Amino acid sequence: MAVRQCRAARKRAAWGVRAARCPGRRCASTSAYKRFSELLPKEERNNACSARVPKSQILTLPELRANPFQHRICHVFSTSDDGDDSMSFEDFLDMLSVFSDSATSDIKSHYAFRIFDFDDDGTLDRKNLEQLVNCLTGQGEESRLSTAEMEQLIQNILEESDIDKDGTINLSEFQHVVSRSPDFASSFKIVL
Amino acid sequence: RDYQQADIKSLSGWKQWKSASSKSLKKCLNEVKELSSYLELWRHDIHSIEGKFGTGIQSYFSLLFVTLPSIISKYGVFNSSFAKIPPKNIEPHCTVYNPSGNKGLVYFYTYLKDLLSGTGFLEVTSLFYGYYTIDDAWLSILRYNLPLAYLLATFAYLALSLLWIIKRSVEGFKQNLVHDEDQFQSYCNKVFAGWDFCITDPNAARLKHRSLQYELQTDLEEERMKQKIADRTMKEKLRIYSLRIFINIIVIAVLSGCFYSIYRATVFSQENSNVSIRDDIRMDSANLLVQYLPSIVITLANFVAPQIFSFLIRFEDYSPAFEIRLTLMRCVFVRLANIGVLLFSLWSQISYCATVECKACGYNYELYPCWESQVGQEMYKLMIFDFIIIFAVTLFLDFPRKLLVTHCSCKLVQWCGLQEFGISDNVLEIIYGQTICWIGTFFSPLLPAIATIKYFIIFYIKKISLIHTCKPASRPVRASSSNFFFLVVLLIGLVLAFIPLGISIAQIPSSKACGPFRNFNTSWAVVPATVLGFPAGLQQVLYGITSEAFAVPFFMVICLVMVYFIALAGAHKRVVEQLREQLVMESRDKQFLIRKIAEAQRH
Repeated sequence: MAVRQCRAARKRAAWGVRAARCPGRRCASTSAYKRFSELLPKEERNNACSARVPKSQILTLPELRANPFQHRICHVFSTSDDGDDSMSFEDFLDMLSVFSDSATSDIKSHYAFRIFDFDDDGTLDRKNLEQLVNCLTGQGEESRLSTAEMEQLIQNILEESDIDKDGTINLSEFQHVVSRSPDFASSFKIVL
Repeated sequence: RDYQQADIKSLSGWKQWKSASSKSLKKCLNEVKELSSYLELWRHDIHSIEGKFGTGIQSYFSLLFVTLPSIISKYGVFNSSFAKIPPKNIEPHCTVYNPSGNKGLVYFYTYLKDLLSGTGFLEVTSLFYGYYTIDDAWLSILRYNLPLAYLLATFAYLALSLLWIIKRSVEGFKQNLVHDEDQFQSYCNKVFAGWDFCITDPNAARLKHRSLQYELQTDLEEERMKQKIADRTMKEKLRIYSLRIFINIIVIAVLSGCFYSIYRATVFSQENSNVSIRDDIRMDSANLLVQYLPSIVITLANFVAPQIFSFLIRFEDYSPAFEIRLTLMRCVFVRLANIGVLLFSLWSQISYCATVECKACGYNYELYPCWESQVGQEMYKLMIFDFIIIFAVTLFLDFPRKLLVTHCSCKLVQWCGLQEFGISDNVLEIIYGQTICWIGTFFSPLLPAIATIKYFIIFYIKKISLIHTCKPASRPVRASSSNFFFLVVLLIGLVLAFIPLGISIAQIPSSKACGPFRNFNTSWAVVPATVLGFPAGLQQVLYGITSEAFAVPFFMVICLVMVYFIALAGAHKRVVEQLREQLVMESRDKQFLIRKIAEAQRH
């Protein structure tokens, strides 16, 4: 009965505005539901549609385990009011549909921008870019770029993407740069 | 949802039905697509490789998948009633051909030897050109013209391959053409699209971090080096250019050495391979070795030359990206030119004519009564040897190396480390094998089928070798530009395969002793003969199309269309530039106005 209710909820969700933007959602639903309910403790599994999974559980997923942006992903997709970054099934589906093959490049770049914006201020400034590069190269001390290299790299990035020359990258500049990037579509995806 | 429903209410009944049916159609299509993706060959394997080793290696395996549709093989054989066509009046000595199929009791190893060298019992099968006859076959009332079918099947196979490759490379071409001047091996692509979200294995993630760090550092260093090159003085430039010319001369010398050794090996092998002596096992093994000599020499050249090139290029002081491309181009050239030299030496042997009788036949009828079968056998041997080498290298080199590295803690062994999956080397291997298949398809119609089986097995061999014995490459290869580059090289291989085929079909007289083209001067001659049999109106049309009066204006129209598209692309690029400048000015205007407002507020 709970599953049937859940299916109805999913169907309603499927016609919702968010899903209308993102056609990948319908295909992902069934296996996503299975994976999501596996993250819950046994007693909550029947009520998976309305349960919230804490962040620590989400991070045990193999697809997120090795990802340097795992915390940012949880933060961006979580709709929790407490700020504890827990995810409901809707958030989980949202995340999967954005990362699926059938999501449009617009949606992907929008969410990528939010993930890379470490201080959530709506622009990517030098500090954000530095944190981004450090995420990419690894967490240890010896895997970071030297200060001079970092400076040169950020200078180059801003030269290429900052059109209005204000020292930060806003959403439209980011989307413009990413639309010309040939590897973005193939790397910004998660397959269950 | 509320907005959507409000929209729907405002539409008329017909439009409502249309939108509802299009939604259900979309849903249906989605489900069909999902189902068919399960059927896609090797989809799961390629995804798991992608997860562990990244998208670069996945592009190699996808290329392997692209070459698989060489499934088309020709079976122009009908066991139904044949209409016997009497052979034309030709010199009798040209028609003497006795392929020595196995008669009576033979040792078992003879079969093995024949399997490896394409002679003996294999020579009389449908594997080679010599099996096919000039007779037409009857399908109830229709007459099936076997020679024409043979020729057209070859053309159809090559045309299909061409279309397939062009279709796959058109997407990459679009990207490259538009973004060429942006030089998108650039930082934004690496930083924003650098992390491969498909990676699930923590070890692979660690390696990806390291490779990203390495790649960024290399690019920054390359930029500093470009700056250094721009600052070079005249004297330094002179020194570098003369060094480069010297090294190119060495490269040409190495290439000539390879070509000459292949030529000599082919000539030696053709002169000394003796099929008649079948008793002595030692002589037979030596004979097999002699028969395989061209393949062995080609494989050695393909192995040695790239090592020499990658050693030499260090002295030429190019930027790292250009170094890689130049080495790759040289290796590709070596591989394809080796096949070309083999074919050239075969051709010189076949058309070498000293006596008058030989000139009457048009080819060396004593040594090569059925020369197409011989060429087919050479291609067959090349293919089999290629497969044996790949299998042997994996079995006897990769696995022992892995065992050695895991169990022996000697410092030298640990420094050597595990094998890296060299993407360019493996891709060149595929291209080499596929070019052999294309060239050999006219002479050995079942070669594509053998190639299909070969690539099927190689996929699994390479996958097992990759997962169990290789470590991911420290220098990553970007999937997007690599895909396009590999397809371009494959296309070059196909275009180069047309040349020997064209010469064989149109120039060299076909064998009079075997094959479906006995009655014709050259293999191509069957087409004009068929056209003569068409109704008069159709003949006129065909002659009109192939005449100069049609071809020249057609060519000019195509040139005009191309010029138009190039001009259009240039105009679009200029528009993009202008729009970018406008955007910059807009932001300046905005800043100016904000300053003005701030000033006005202060007063």
